Amino acid sequence: MVRFVNENFIPARVHVKQDPEAFKKYGEKYNAHWTPTVLELDPNGEEFYRAEGFLPVEDFLAQLMLGRAHMDFKKGKWDEAEKRFREVYEKLPNADAAAEALYWAGVSRYKAKNDSSALKETARAFKTRYADSSWAKKAAIWS
Amino acid sequence: MEIKFRHDVDSVLEEAKKQNKPVLLDFSAAPM
Repeated sequence: MVRFVNENFIPARVHVKQDPEAFKKYGEKYNAHWTPTVLELDPNGEEFYRAEGFLPVEDFLAQLMLGRAHMDFKKGKWDEAEKRFREVYEKLPNADAAAEALYWAGVSRYKAKNDSSALKETARAFKTRYADSSWAKKAAIWS
Repeated sequence: MEIKFRHDVDSVLEEAKKQNKPVLLDFSAAPM
């Protein structure tokens, strides 16, 4: 967790009780009115992902990894995004975010190669993993 | 080893731009 955060982000914290003025200022700026709320901002300070509410460490790390992958996806870095999405479900297969990561890994591969077989492979993968997830339902149309 | 959160958010945002590095911004109420 610590390594992932330090390698990928500059971490900053606004504490609701220790610094209520900062909490008000940045809470309004980023529409964060509850704790914990964790935002991933791009280098220009634009939000690209948020996680709200407490999660156990493994699920929280998976959320952070998923968010970082989404940043590459939104920038059109398909290969890098696919690699990052795959890392989520390969390293943390039991995390809640794993099924979503499998879905988006397939989409990233499709975007990179413009090859619909990537989507079919993803739909097939959902038959054996995370079959009860909403992401499996979303991928079912590709089979 | 722990995450060394900074509290000077404006400085962090400026530094992020210079370093071209994303920011993790944690709104917290956890005991410090």
